[in-house]
Amino acid sequence: MIRDPKDLKRYNASERANHWVVGISFILLALSGLAFFHPAFFPLTQLFGGPTWARIIHPYLGVLMALAFIVMFFRFKHLNKMTPADKEWLSKAKNMVDGNDHDMPEQGKYNGGQKVMFWALAVCMLLMMVSGLFIWRAWFGFDITLVRMGAVVHAAAGAVMIGLIMVHVYAAIWVKGTIRAMWYGTVTRAWAKQHHRGWYRQVTGK
Amino acid sequence: MVAKVCGTPKEAFLKVCEYIAETAAPNKTMTNLYALGWTEHSVGSQNIRSMAIIQLLLGNMGMAGGGINALRGHANVQGITDFALYAQNLPGYLAVPSDAEPDLKTFLEKKTPKMLRPGQMNFGQNLPKWYVSLHKAWWGNAATKENGFAYDFMPKLAGASDVLSIFDQMYQGKVHGFLCQGFNPLASVANKKKVSDALSKLKYMVVMDPLATDTSEFWKPHGEFNDVDPSKIPTEVFRLPTTLFAETSGSFTNSGRVIQWRWKAANGPGEAKDDTEIMATLFLKLKDMYAKDGGAYSEPIQKLTWAYRIPTKPSPEELMMEYNGKALADVLDPKDPTKVLVKAGDQLPSFAMLRDDGSTTCGNWIYCGVWSQAGNNSARRDNSDPSGLGQTLNWGFAWPVNRRILYNRASADPSGKPWDPQRTVLKWLGDKWGGNDVPDMRPDAAPEQNVMPFIMTGEGVGRLFAVGLMAEGPFPEHYEPFESPLDNNPMHPKNPKARANPAARVYKGDMEAFGTAKDFPYVGTTYRLTEHFHYWTKQSKINAIMQPEQFVEIGEELAREKGITAGDKVKVRSNRGFIKGVAVVTKRIKALDVDGKKVHTIGIPIHYGFKGATKPGFITNTLTPFVGDANTQTPEYKAFLVNIEKA
Amino acid sequence: MALQSLDIKQRSATTTPSTQVRQTVEIAKLIDVSACIGCKACQVACSEWNDIRDEVGNCHGVYDNPMDLSAKSWTVMRYTEVEQNNKLEWLIRKDGCMHCADPGCLKACPAPGAIIQYSNGIVDFHQENCIGCGYCVTGCPFNVPRISKEDSKAYKCSLCSDRVAVNQAPACAKACPTGAIQFGSKEDMKDYAAKRVTDLKERGYDQAGLYDPQGVGGTHVMYVLHHADKPDLYAGLPANPSISPLVSLWKGVAKPLATLALAGVALGSLFHYVTKGPNEVSKEIEDEIEKEDAK
Repeated sequence: MIRDPKDLKRYNASERANHWVVGISFILLALSGLAFFHPAFFPLTQLFGGPTWARIIHPYLGVLMALAFIVMFFRFKHLNKMTPADKEWLSKAKNMVDGNDHDMPEQGKYNGGQKVMFWALAVCMLLMMVSGLFIWRAWFGFDITLVRMGAVVHAAAGAVMIGLIMVHVYAAIWVKGTIRAMWYGTVTRAWAKQHHRGWYRQVTGK
Repeated sequence: MVAKVCGTPKEAFLKVCEYIAETAAPNKTMTNLYALGWTEHSVGSQNIRSMAIIQLLLGNMGMAGGGINALRGHANVQGITDFALYAQNLPGYLAVPSDAEPDLKTFLEKKTPKMLRPGQMNFGQNLPKWYVSLHKAWWGNAATKENGFAYDFMPKLAGASDVLSIFDQMYQGKVHGFLCQGFNPLASVANKKKVSDALSKLKYMVVMDPLATDTSEFWKPHGEFNDVDPSKIPTEVFRLPTTLFAETSGSFTNSGRVIQWRWKAANGPGEAKDDTEIMATLFLKLKDMYAKDGGAYSEPIQKLTWAYRIPTKPSPEELMMEYNGKALADVLDPKDPTKVLVKAGDQLPSFAMLRDDGSTTCGNWIYCGVWSQAGNNSARRDNSDPSGLGQTLNWGFAWPVNRRILYNRASADPSGKPWDPQRTVLKWLGDKWGGNDVPDMRPDAAPEQNVMPFIMTGEGVGRLFAVGLMAEGPFPEHYEPFESPLDNNPMHPKNPKARANPAARVYKGDMEAFGTAKDFPYVGTTYRLTEHFHYWTKQSKINAIMQPEQFVEIGEELAREKGITAGDKVKVRSNRGFIKGVAVVTKRIKALDVDGKKVHTIGIPIHYGFKGATKPGFITNTLTPFVGDANTQTPEYKAFLVNIEKA
Repeated sequence: MALQSLDIKQRSATTTPSTQVRQTVEIAKLIDVSACIGCKACQVACSEWNDIRDEVGNCHGVYDNPMDLSAKSWTVMRYTEVEQNNKLEWLIRKDGCMHCADPGCLKACPAPGAIIQYSNGIVDFHQENCIGCGYCVTGCPFNVPRISKEDSKAYKCSLCSDRVAVNQAPACAKACPTGAIQFGSKEDMKDYAAKRVTDLKERGYDQAGLYDPQGVGGTHVMYVLHHADKPDLYAGLPANPSISPLVSLWKGVAKPLATLALAGVALGSLFHYVTKGPNEVSKEIEDEIEKEDAK
């Protein structure tokens, strides 16, 4: 659906679908994972048809998310190479957070913060995948030390990942006009010009 | 010499001797508990007799915690032995008449022991009372003074009737029918091949058992575990399922001779019937057939006492009362004939009341008192132990006359004072014997009368030297097993006739089936595991879980020599066949140095077979030799020759 | 196994205290390894009382069978032949749950009430609350719990809590023919053990002692060992067992810290929004675009 023919295409349908497969599985994983992490969250297991179902489903969702994430990773990897401009952006990130983005350096499709997020999530995902296999008792029986390390790493990386995604989601809410990029794929030229001027120039030729 | 013969290190042997010798002190006692490790040798009886002599010399007989005691493999082995397990005995270990004793008078004269020293009890002199009372129990009014109390009704012993001789006769085709009750001979008798061939020569076999035993399927191929051709076996087999001990009431008699009543806990499964019901039905059918069709000498069957409330189901209570016996007429005091000791019709209180005039019945004289007028004494359950010696005199009933320690007069010195006052069993109270047990002595025999403790011998003392009672000789002697890695008996290296027990019986063909150390260089020995009971529990799932598969134990040194590691499948052969099992390599079995030779032992648990919940396996007695102890004919399962290789 | 009239002192995945008011006697099972003959009557009794039947397996060249604990074998004998002081010793240890005072399984368990500790010291699994995650296995310093292949629930020795609740000794203790398994108050069992240790020392076992490891707060299944200085001889009994630091980290500080941190991120974002306001496209740039369009 094109709202305005002059809007800029930021994500195609396949990319958006990919993102939401990762996103939905992540939300389900976070809810069920938290339930096993701290008793305060245990009632969340009811969302999955009870605690035993939550335990059964969680790792399969993990496999789904990992596969979708890997596809997404290779799709966006080349767009997330760090450049000197990204480093400069990062050094001024505090201004950005304070709402003062006037003297931020010009950014391509992704800014330095987004790239850091990309790589941090990728590392977390890798840790989650490997440690998840170690503690998946229905299929695997690893040495007890590996299992214990797996449990610690899975919990730690999971917590970090949930935190990162919260920041990711908040950033999308905070920066108005962003969420539509993942809903129907386009952003306004104004949005692009303000937040990703490099990319704006590249796609508009201006 | 002992170290040379046994391979026991000298120091270890001397240490054991020291411990044993210490118990010669009056306040120190040793008991000797033995089981099949001692009996299953061609010199089994001599093993036990040797220890009995040692215990006599140490003064450990009749003492609390003394004696020489058989450990029975089953809760009721003592009971079954008391009731004529061996056909050479009648109930209560009475002798069986033979053709050499044509009438009662001759039999009793021959079998009743003579007093050998004056003033002794010579308790065996009461044999006529026990024997006549047994006939009265069995044939009642048909047993009269005139017909020698139906002496002719008692079958006469035709010859050996131990298990080996029966199977040898069967093997020679001299047996037509075999009633196999609670017995799995294919698995438990030596030389399975010979047993299997013997069973194949029967016309029929009736198996009465709670379980589908290996024996009941001796004719059925079970792969290499039972490699037979049913088309060549004419034997017809009938299986009659029986109830198990917990599915019927009755009694157990334990190793301490304590008879304990037990109560039925559950009904038997399916069509299972009590053994007594099957036997009674069979008997009544035979009696009926004799009445209808006639037959040679049917009187002993027609006249047999059968006064049970339900003739096809004699109850355990009725049987126990019959064993105890009752007065047919008033039993009078011999010292004062006006005094009635037991009224006619009453249960007898003890075998002292038995008479040889036909006025008493008793199915088993040693059990007399177990069911007196007071009721079923074996059901008593008072476990109070006032002496602290474990003398629970009101728990069950011990034969004889509730006496717990045999020869307990020997626990007191000649003057009647206990050797160890801390553990008083018996003492002279001035006018009679008292203490913490039923005296094994005439109650009023004052010490100065010099009545000696060993009341069953004619001389009143224990016998270190026994003439005519053992098959071998008056003293024990060492002999090698029939299959031995040694060429000679180290005690008699120059006498080839003294290598193995010369008094033992070896049948034709069995000598040839012995192997030699040249082909079978290792000593095989069979034993039991705590997880299993004979060939029975392999049919029980939980026991099968605990030890699921046949194994063979060898020492580490032999394992190295043979390249065998724990868990390997191995084949063990003797000259009679082979079995296979999993190798258990252990430090517990070490090579022995016997007469300068290194001797390896191979340990073989017995419990496996082709029927059951355990993994199908071979029958261990495929390997064992068909020869037994010279006195009891208990087969020599504990020492024979084998070889071993990786399977 | 079943809910019963025993006070629950602690339950898994529960942050508020369980019943603490009544004082009940702390119990213990004492396994005197020096008096064990390895007959496996305890294994049989356990199977019978708890109505569990393991598979009929195979002989693996040792006396041990079943070879390991399982959802259907809550206790197994472990046989070790060792030579100590030039003497052959056949050490036979009855393995099973130690009923730790500080149970690693309970600490690790995420399912409320799946693992409970009674005030008498018994640590019991309530399978109806078990979700089958296997965290108890991860948490146990003795490698005891096993997950059933049939129902994916965790099983282990219950110390016959159902029998103990009605003043009966555990089935294994009842069946032991040599008195190698004793049962009573923990205090009495320690006294009994002290007597046994004295006796063993008199017989030349200088290092005899009681195994009641303090690293897990003591246990409610204790051993009398002839070589208490070398518990490892007994089929790898750990010398100083404790809950793994990894498990403590995972189910200890990590839990509240991470929860707080996540709450912090969520609240931080909210307050950032309300304090700094949304990041909208500036009027200036919108005007630029409009101008472009107007051309």
